[in-house]
This record gives sequence, C-alpha cells and structure tokens, in this order.
Amino acid sequence: MSDTHAHSAAFVRTETLPEMPPPPGETGIVKWLRANLFANVPNAILTLVSLWAIYALLAGFIPWFTNAVWSAEDIRDCQAQLDGTRGACFAVISERWHQLLFGIAYPQDQYWRPILAFILLFLSAAPLLFSKLPRNLLVLTLIYPFLGYWLLWGGTIVAPLVALAGVLVGFAVYQRLVTGSFAMGFFGGIAAAFVAWWIGGFITGAAEGVLALEPVASRDMGGFMLNMILGTVCVSLSLPIGIMLALGRQSDMIIIKWICVVFIEFIRGVPLITLLFVASVVLAYFFPPGTNQDLILRVIIMITMFSSAYIAEVIRGGLAALPRGQYEAADSLGLDYPQAMRLIVLPQALKISIPGIVNVAVGLFKDTTLVSVISMFDLVGVVRGPIFSSTEWAGVYWEVWGFAALLFFIVCYSISQYSQWLERQLATDHR
Amino acid sequence: MSAISEEAVPSFRLSMLVYDTRYRSLTFQFIALAVLIAFMAFMGMNLVRNLAAAGLNISYNFLGDTAGYDINQTLIDYTNQSTHQRAAIVGILNTLLVAFLGCVTATVLGVFAGILRLSGNWLVAKLMAAYVEAFRNVPVLIWILIIGTVVTTLPAPSAYRGETPDSEMLFGVIALTNRGIYIPAPVWGPGSMIVVAAFILSILGAIMYRRYATKLLYDTGKLLPMGWPTLVILIVPSLLVFFIMGRPIGLDYPALQGFNFQGGIQVQRPLIALWLALSIYTGAFIAENVRAGILAVSKGQTEAASALGLRPNRTMSLVVLPQALRVIIPPLISQYLNITKNSSLAIAVGYADITATLGGITLNQTGRAIEAVLLLMLFYLVISLAISAVMNVYNKSVALKER
Repeated sequence: MSDTHAHSAAFVRTETLPEMPPPPGETGIVKWLRANLFANVPNAILTLVSLWAIYALLAGFIPWFTNAVWSAEDIRDCQAQLDGTRGACFAVISERWHQLLFGIAYPQDQYWRPILAFILLFLSAAPLLFSKLPRNLLVLTLIYPFLGYWLLWGGTIVAPLVALAGVLVGFAVYQRLVTGSFAMGFFGGIAAAFVAWWIGGFITGAAEGVLALEPVASRDMGGFMLNMILGTVCVSLSLPIGIMLALGRQSDMIIIKWICVVFIEFIRGVPLITLLFVASVVLAYFFPPGTNQDLILRVIIMITMFSSAYIAEVIRGGLAALPRGQYEAADSLGLDYPQAMRLIVLPQALKISIPGIVNVAVGLFKDTTLVSVISMFDLVGVVRGPIFSSTEWAGVYWEVWGFAALLFFIVCYSISQYSQWLERQLATDHR
Repeated sequence: MSAISEEAVPSFRLSMLVYDTRYRSLTFQFIALAVLIAFMAFMGMNLVRNLAAAGLNISYNFLGDTAGYDINQTLIDYTNQSTHQRAAIVGILNTLLVAFLGCVTATVLGVFAGILRLSGNWLVAKLMAAYVEAFRNVPVLIWILIIGTVVTTLPAPSAYRGETPDSEMLFGVIALTNRGIYIPAPVWGPGSMIVVAAFILSILGAIMYRRYATKLLYDTGKLLPMGWPTLVILIVPSLLVFFIMGRPIGLDYPALQGFNFQGGIQVQRPLIALWLALSIYTGAFIAENVRAGILAVSKGQTEAASALGLRPNRTMSLVVLPQALRVIIPPLISQYLNITKNSSLAIAVGYADITATLGGITLNQTGRAIEAVLLLMLFYLVISLAISAVMNVYNKSVALKER
C-alpha cells in the first residue's frame, strides 16, 4: 500500500516536522495586547482614553512628588526652596507627623506608649485573625484591653489589674455554674465580676502610685491614634451587643423583639453625626447630676450603639441564611436555647456574616473621622485645626490630605483584603 | 390507665416561672420590660433634675424666633429676619436637593464604573478597580474636604475679564469660578406652560405607544420598533409647540459685570463640593453593587438565551438585566439612603443643610440642644423610614414567586 501511495503522490514527507513557534500575532505581548486592549474599535478608543487619563495624572503627580521638599521651617521656606518649580511640601509632614499621629496634647516623651500599644494590638489580634497561630497567644489577647488602657491613659497598673481580676473571677464563676444552666452561669458570672471590682476598688484607692505611668487625660488623645482607639474599642464592644440584638430581633418573645427592632431601626435611620451631637451636647443631661463623663467616653457609647445596630442587621442576615434544618436539628438533639445558639447556630451564622461584619468595621473606622465635627482632634480634626490654621503651614493642602487619605487607605484596604482571604479559608462548600 | 387520666392538673407553682418553658419567656419579657422602664425612668429623672439645675425647660417656641443669620444658598425666600423654623425648612430643602442631585450622578457614575470594571479591556478594568478601591477605603469626610479644596482652586471671576481672558466659559455659557458655578437660568415667558403641557402629554404618549407595542408583541408576535418612535414622540410635538408659540422659554445667560457674574443660576461652591464628593464616593459603592449584580446572573442564563436565538442586546435587556436588577436595586436604594445621611457632613464644607442650620447655628444660638437634635433625628428618621418602605414594596414586587 505504501508503495502505491508513494508513487501516486508527487511528494510525501517521511520525517516529522519540528515544532514551529506560533505566528507572531498569536503569542506573547502582541496577542495579549490584542486580546485585552485592542479587541475592537470601541475597546481601542477606551484604551487610548485611559492611557491619556493615566498620562495626565502622572504628568501632574510625578514632578510634584519628585520635586518635593522634605525639610523646611514653614511654608515660605518651602516655597523659597522650590523656587518657582511645582513641587510638594512634605516638610509639613516631617514637621508635624507627631501631631497627625498622636494629637496635639499627648506628652512628647511618652510617645513610646501608644507605639507599643499599637504593636501589641497587632500581636494580640493575630491569634484571633489567624487560627493557625499557637493558641497560647490568646492570653495576650485577653490581657490586651487592660494593658492597652494602662499604656495609653497611664496611671497605676493596679486599676487595670483589678479590672482583669474581676473578669477572671466572673469567668471562673461562669464556668462553674454554666453546667447547671446558661442563664445562671451568665448572670452569676456578671455578679461575681462586679463583686470583685467592688472589692478591688478599695485596693486601687490604696495603691495610688504603684507602677504608675504618667497619666494622660482623655482630651489629650488625638490624631490617628484617636481614630484607632475609637475604631478598635467600638468594634470590639459592638460585636457582642450586635449578636444579642440580632438574637433578640429573631426571638419569639414579643416585647424583647420590639425593643430590639425599635433600637436597631432608630439607630440605622439617623446619621452618625446626629448621634455625635447627642454625645457632645445632649447626653450629659441624662447622666446623674454632678457626674461629668469624658467626651471620649460619651462618644464611645454613641458610636458603639451605632455600630452594634449595623452589626446586628448583618448577623440577622446570617441567622436567616442558615437552613431551617440546623435549628430543628439542634432542637431534636435536646439542646436548650443557649446551647443550640452557642454550639450550632451562632458558629455557622457568624461565619456567613464575616464579610458583612468586616464591611461594617471598615465603615465604622472611616466614620470615626466624624468626631472632628464635634471638635475632637482626630486625624481630620488635627489637619483642619492646628495645621491649617497655623501661621507656618496655612496654604498647604494636598500633602496633608494625601497623607491622611493614605493612612486610612492602608488600614481599610488591608482589612478588606484580610476578609477576602478569610472567606476563602472558611469556605467549606465544594465548588 | 384510669389513674393517669384522673391525675389532677398540676397546680401553678412559683418555680414554674423559671423552669417551665411555657412561662419562662413571660418571666424574661417581664424582667426586660421592668429593666427598660427603670432605665428610662432613671434617665428621665436625671434629665428633669439636670434641666432644673440649669434653669432650662423643653420648649419649641424658639422655632418662632428670628434666626438672624444668613444662608448663602436657598431654594425658597429667606432673609436673616426669618424665623428659625424657616431656616430649618431651608435646610431640609437643601438636604433634599443635594441628596437628589447626588443620587442621580452617583447612579450614572456607579453604573458606568461597574460595567467598565467587567470590561474585557484590561486597562479600563484595572483603572475602575483603582477608582473603586481608592474611594471605598478613604473616609467620605476626607473626600468632601479634599474636593472642597479642589473647587477653591477654580479661577476667580476676574480671570474671565479682558480681551484675552485667562479662562474661557464652557460652551460659552457655563462659568466655573471659585465663587461657584454659573449656569444659564430658564426664563418662563407667556405661553411657556403650554409647551410644558405638550411635553408632559408626549411623555404619556410615548408610554402608551410602548405599552401598545408590547401588547402587540405578546398577542400577535409582531415586533414594532421601540427606540426611535419613542424619541420622536417625545421630542417632535414639544418642539413644534415651542416654535408655534414663538419660543416662549428662553435662557438667561450669566455674564461678567463688575467683579462678579450676574444672571443665570449661581450654584454655590459648598453645594458643588458636597455634590461631587458624595457622587464620586457613593458611585464607587454603587459600582460594586452593579458588578455583583451582573456577576450574580449565572452564565447559563446568557447561554440559554443565545440558544433560543436572542441577539446579544436582547439577551442583555430581556434576560440578564431583569435578573441583575433584582440583585442591584435593594443595595442601590440603601446607597441612596447613605447619600441622604452622609449629606449631613455638609457642615464640614459650609453648605447649609438641615444639620448645619437646625443642628448647627440654630442650636448654638438658642442653646436648645435637646429639642434641635430631636427634631434633626426625627427628620432623618422619617426620610429613612420612607425610603425603606419604598424598598419593601419593591422587594415584594420582584420577589421570586415560589411555590
């Protein structure tokens, strides 16, 4: 057969051809450009428009950035150094970075305290964020709130120690009683903690100067530190409150349900700024006469209420998304309500709600800038007040706003990236 | 057996309030209510005592007093001799104005950015991703203040003067200055109402034509063109009436006179800053909602539509969009709510919205903190409850009819 074929055809190749490279238009950068940038005419126009936009942005930004002056006395010195060329005056940041980060009144020789508190915040949040880390680190997480308070506000270490001891006593009592019933453990634990704090109050009163750091008043907190304090404290406080509100809203008990509904809808219906007005001008009327609470404490109360209403709605979504069968399965195992919630429902519902909770947390952290409106000196407040109104730096805008925006961007973007990573880690469904 | 059936019904014991699940919820609710009432009473008593100590009372009479301050941008007549109530109404209207404008532009911006982020064009998709991330991760207050600074860098009115001015008016009619933007104002001449009526009638006509075409399509399968007849019905009759009536609607163009522009409508700088900032900021969020909505429609739907022989644009309008809108609209409406609430940041750029008038100057002048903040909250609460009512109606109307 092969002979006849060889004779009937003029030419038969007998050896395999070597592999040829693909045609130049179908490979490498050309192919990529064609597929992704110049697929058709409208696409090509879009690409050109985008290129022009990027060029316009960079053409303005790069010379401004590279000509920047990093050290100068004031804005006139800066302009003298620039000598007519367009350039940034980042000297304002190298000059005033401490105000931007720590506020105007925090004692300068104590800056190591907020810095240490900031580093410890990461260390103590790490075991919560990454479940692969050794569980022993959770001890640091437990003591961090007290340690952080002591570092930032100063005073004797006995007060936070007593607070910690109260929590530990409460937890021990809870552990002992919870085998009987959850309610007993819960309320017993709280009662025990209060007793411990009451007793501890006498010790604190006696031990005024034990291991005391220089005390810093609340009104001296400021700058980005204040945003961080408000963000962390309010988010951590609002999580448990939000869970309770969400459970209350799902509850069969009419009165409790309506209390929760009214609270959540009221808080969600008004802007945060009105709640901050309440904190600054109204709330004082509702405290017992003669007591004078810190503005920062009043603001923390209002922001916590605000964020717990939003977190409650997110968690309610998670509770509703859970299949009915999970609730029924818990009932059929004979678990009572607290057991069913703690062991079956909440772990799953919270997992579903993580993206939403992180969104609320990021939104809340951004909203902490609103306290500048009620004349607290957070990052935005410092920028608008002491920096813009100073004689040295009046007229510097973009550098400071860029710095402020960058700080927020770094924090918020990394939180949202973390949340996406966590979602992938927790995905147990098979796709 | 009989012993069991004759067993007496256990009488009520006090311990059942705690251990019997039938009564326990009642106990809890009673305790919760008692705690709540006690808490409220405690707060109320504190309030009364604090007010008495400060020599104050709760009264809304201050609303009738003369406000005594000026507001730069008002939709209704207002002078500094008007009452605080009038100032509050000016504030309400200003809030609604910036919220409305912000919703419109944010939607347009968000839909564009959301669709472009899904585009096959790599560069455009990345640019839109950068826009969305940059605006979502920086506080809106900072954006408002940044854009508030940007608008101060617009040229002064004097830059438009002279033979060879430094700045040109946009299209010869719009002046962008650091005192605000001047746009032409419509002048309603005699007979202009007839033109407006004609336009409203032609909108009705267009709707009726579209209904008729849809009905014809469903009844007989005959496909009438939709796009250009609608446009013709909308435009042609109004234009005809406009010219027949002798062009009753004119435009009053802004012109430079002395140190400032005269004529036209002046849109003040704070309004522009707030409007732009809210639109761009919320546009980033809406872009994410739009993207999520389009991605939520499974690819099988598009493929099924193509398998039925629908062309790509019909696939989009008949199959993908209706399903995507079901996902997009609820978060979109809550973004509108967010714009309304975020417009309260107007106080940072000096725009006289309700928070700046009632919650700002009025509060500071009269010292009526509780009343002013209460009224302020009430206003926002009414707005947001109204918007959520609309949302509930919509959700009901598009909910999947499940059996």
